[in-house]
Amino acid sequence: MHVPTLAELTAEGKKPEVLFWVGCAGSFDERAKKITKSFVKILQKAEVSFAVLGTEESCTGDPAKRSGNEFLFQMQAMTNIEVMNAYEVTRIVTTCPHCFNTLKNEYPSLGGKYEVMHHTTFINTLLKENRFTISGTTYKGKRITYHDPCYLGRANQVYQAPRELIQKLDAELVEMRNCKSKGLCCGAGGAQMFKEPEKGNKDINIERTEQAMETQSEIIVAACPFCNTMMTDGVKNKEKEGQVQVQDIAEMISKAEDL
Amino acid sequence: MPYLSNIIFAILLFLAVFVFRRNILFIKRNIQMGKAVDRSDHSKARWSNMFRVALGQSKMVSRPVAGVLHIIVYLGFVLINLELIEIVLDGLLGTHRLFAPFMGGFYNLLIASFEILAALVLVSVIVFWLRRNVVRINRFWKDEMKGWPKMDADYILYFELVLMTLFLSMNATDQLLQQAGTPRYTQAGLFPISQWMTPLFSSFSDPTLLLLERSFWWLHILGILVFLNYLYYSKHLHILLAFPNTYFQNLNPKGKFKNNEAVTHEVKLMMNPNADPYAAPSAEIPEKFGASDVTDLNWVQLMNAYTCTECGRCTDQCPANQTGKLLSPRKIMMDTRDRLEEVGRNITKSVGFVDDGKQLLDDYITREELWACTSCNACVEACPIGIDPLSIIIDMRQYLVMEQSAAPSDLNKMMTNIENNGAPWPFSNQDRMLWAHEN
Ligand code: SF4
Ligand code: SF4
Repeated sequence: MHVPTLAELTAEGKKPEVLFWVGCAGSFDERAKKITKSFVKILQKAEVSFAVLGTEESCTGDPAKRSGNEFLFQMQAMTNIEVMNAYEVTRIVTTCPHCFNTLKNEYPSLGGKYEVMHHTTFINTLLKENRFTISGTTYKGKRITYHDPCYLGRANQVYQAPRELIQKLDAELVEMRNCKSKGLCCGAGGAQMFKEPEKGNKDINIERTEQAMETQSEIIVAACPFCNTMMTDGVKNKEKEGQVQVQDIAEMISKAEDL
Repeated sequence: MPYLSNIIFAILLFLAVFVFRRNILFIKRNIQMGKAVDRSDHSKARWSNMFRVALGQSKMVSRPVAGVLHIIVYLGFVLINLELIEIVLDGLLGTHRLFAPFMGGFYNLLIASFEILAALVLVSVIVFWLRRNVVRINRFWKDEMKGWPKMDADYILYFELVLMTLFLSMNATDQLLQQAGTPRYTQAGLFPISQWMTPLFSSFSDPTLLLLERSFWWLHILGILVFLNYLYYSKHLHILLAFPNTYFQNLNPKGKFKNNEAVTHEVKLMMNPNADPYAAPSAEIPEKFGASDVTDLNWVQLMNAYTCTECGRCTDQCPANQTGKLLSPRKIMMDTRDRLEEVGRNITKSVGFVDDGKQLLDDYITREELWACTSCNACVEACPIGIDPLSIIIDMRQYLVMEQSAAPSDLNKMMTNIENNGAPWPFSNQDRMLWAHEN
C-alpha cells in the first residue's frame, strides 16, 4: 500500500489534514502492524489526507517515562517535537493509547502542542461526518466484549467512542464485570510490557482474560496494541484460540467493510 | 464551691483543645517538609471537587453498602456535633439544655433527629464491625493491616459505639428526671429512641438517676475530647484532612505525569550545543532526581499520606495486588505516613533532623513493590478522597533509575534500545515503514 510520509508531501508542497502517528508497536510488532494497515485502509476509504513520519518517527518515550527515566523521555519528546514543529503539525491520530496519552498530555509543556486523537475517536468522527459508512454485516449479532485500555479510559476518559463503533457494527456488546473506570489493566502498562512480572500467584493478563471469557463473547475487542498482545497471550494460555478472537476495532471495521 | 464543675470543665476543654492544636501544628509542619507543588489554579473546580467528594461523599457510593453506611455515620457525626455546642456551653456556664427555652418546638425536633441519627449510627457501626470481624472482607485483612491499623479501625468503632450509647443513655435518664420534676431538668426535648431505654433506669431512685445522668453527660463529652486527640494517631484523621486533600487533588487527566523541569533544562542543554551552559537555569537543579525519602516528595503527597483512611479500595482494585504481587497502594500511603512521622519525631527530639540511617525506599517500600506497578491508575480512581499512590511510585522509580541506575535488567535493555534506535525493541529505525510494503 502506498502510505505518504510528511517529508514527501511537504516536498510536493502539500499539507495533510492529519498526521498518523504509527507508534513503535504499530511499526514493528507483527500483530500490531495488522492494526496499522487496517486503520490506513479506513483512512483511505474515507479519503482522509494523511501522512506518517516514517523513519523520522521515534518512540514517544512513554515506556521510559513510566520506568522513571525522565531524561530519556524528555530527549525522545524534544526530538519528536522538533521534527513535528518543523512540519507545522497540528493534528495527530494514533492507534496506540500510550502514544495518544503522551503526545496529548506530556508533550505540550515541552513545546509540542497538538490536537491528538485516538483512532477510535477519529473513526467515530469520520462516521458522524458521513465521510464513510459502515454497512457490512460480518459482526451482526455477535457477542463482543470490550476491554478498556487504562491509558485511554481511566487516564483520558475515552469510554464512549470505541463502544459506539462496536454498536455501529451491529454487534452485541457485553460488558465485563469490571469495565470503564473500573476496568482491570491487561498487565502491560507502566513498562511492564518489557519485563517479567514480579512474583505473585497469577499473571495479570490471565486474570483479565478470564474476566473477558466470563462474558461468553466470541471476540475480545482491545483498542491498544499492548492490550491486544496481552489478551491474545491470555487466550492462548487458556487454549481458546479456536473459539475466542482478540481484535482491534480498526481491524473489525476494515474486515466488515471488506477493505 | 458552686463553680467547681464549671472550672473543671473549662480546664479539661482547654487542655483538649491545646493538645489538639499542638498535634495539628505538628502535622502541618511535617506536611510542609514536602517539596513545593503549585495547586493554586482552578479554585472553582477545586471547591466544587471538595463539595462533591469530601462533603458530598460522591465517591463513597461506588460501593453501595459501605457507602450508604458511611454517609449515615458521617451525617451522624456532623449533625450530632451541633448538639456539642450546647453541651460545651452547658459545661462552661453550668446550665442544662441551654438552648431549649430559646428554640421551643424546634429544639424538640432537633433532639429527636439527633436521637434517630444516633440510633442509625449505632446500627451502621455494628454492621461495620461485623464486616470487618465476622464477614472478614478481604481488603481489611491484608498484610499491611496487621497490628495497629487493625486495632485502630476497631477502636474507632468502639469509640463511636460507646459515645452513641452514652448520648442515648444520657437522654433516657434526663427524661426520667424531667418526669420526676427534678430542679433544673425542665421539660425539653423529644426522645423517639431513648424513651424505649427508660425502663432500664426507671427502678433507680432520683439521686441515683441524677448521678447516672451526670456521669453519662461527663463521659460523653470527655469521650469526645479524647477522641479529638486520638485523631492524630489514627486513620480517622481523614475526617479533617479529606477536605483540604480533595481541594488540592490533581485535576489533570490521570495519564498526565508531571514533567520534571530540572530535567528539561538539562536535556535542552544536551540537545543544543550552542546553548550557554552558564545561562540561568529555568529551574533549580535539585540535589536529587526522584524520591528516596519522604522529604523528596511534595507536600500534597505527604498530605495524602496523613489523609489515607486505610480503606483499601485502592488495593482492592490494584491489578498487581489482585494477582498476588507484593505491591499494595494502600501500603505505599501507610509507609509514607509512618516514615514521615518518624522523621517528624526525629526533628522534634533533636531540634533538626539527625540521620537515622533509614529512608522510605528499602526500609519501608521495597523495590519489588515499586516495579510491580502497571501505572494503570486504578488506585487513584478508586480512592474516595483523592489520594494518588501512583505519583509516589513513579517518583521513587525516578530515583532508582536516574540516581541509582537500578532498573530491572529487562527495562534497561528496553531503554538502551530507545536510546540507540528510537524503539523499545532492537529494530532499526530505517525499518519503520516496512509494514507499508508487506501484505
Ligand atoms: S497504578 Fe500501580 S499501584 Fe495503582 S492500581 Fe495500578 S498497578 Fe496498582
Ligand atoms: S489511598 Fe484512598 S483508597 Fe487507598 S486506602 Fe487510602 S483512602 Fe483508601
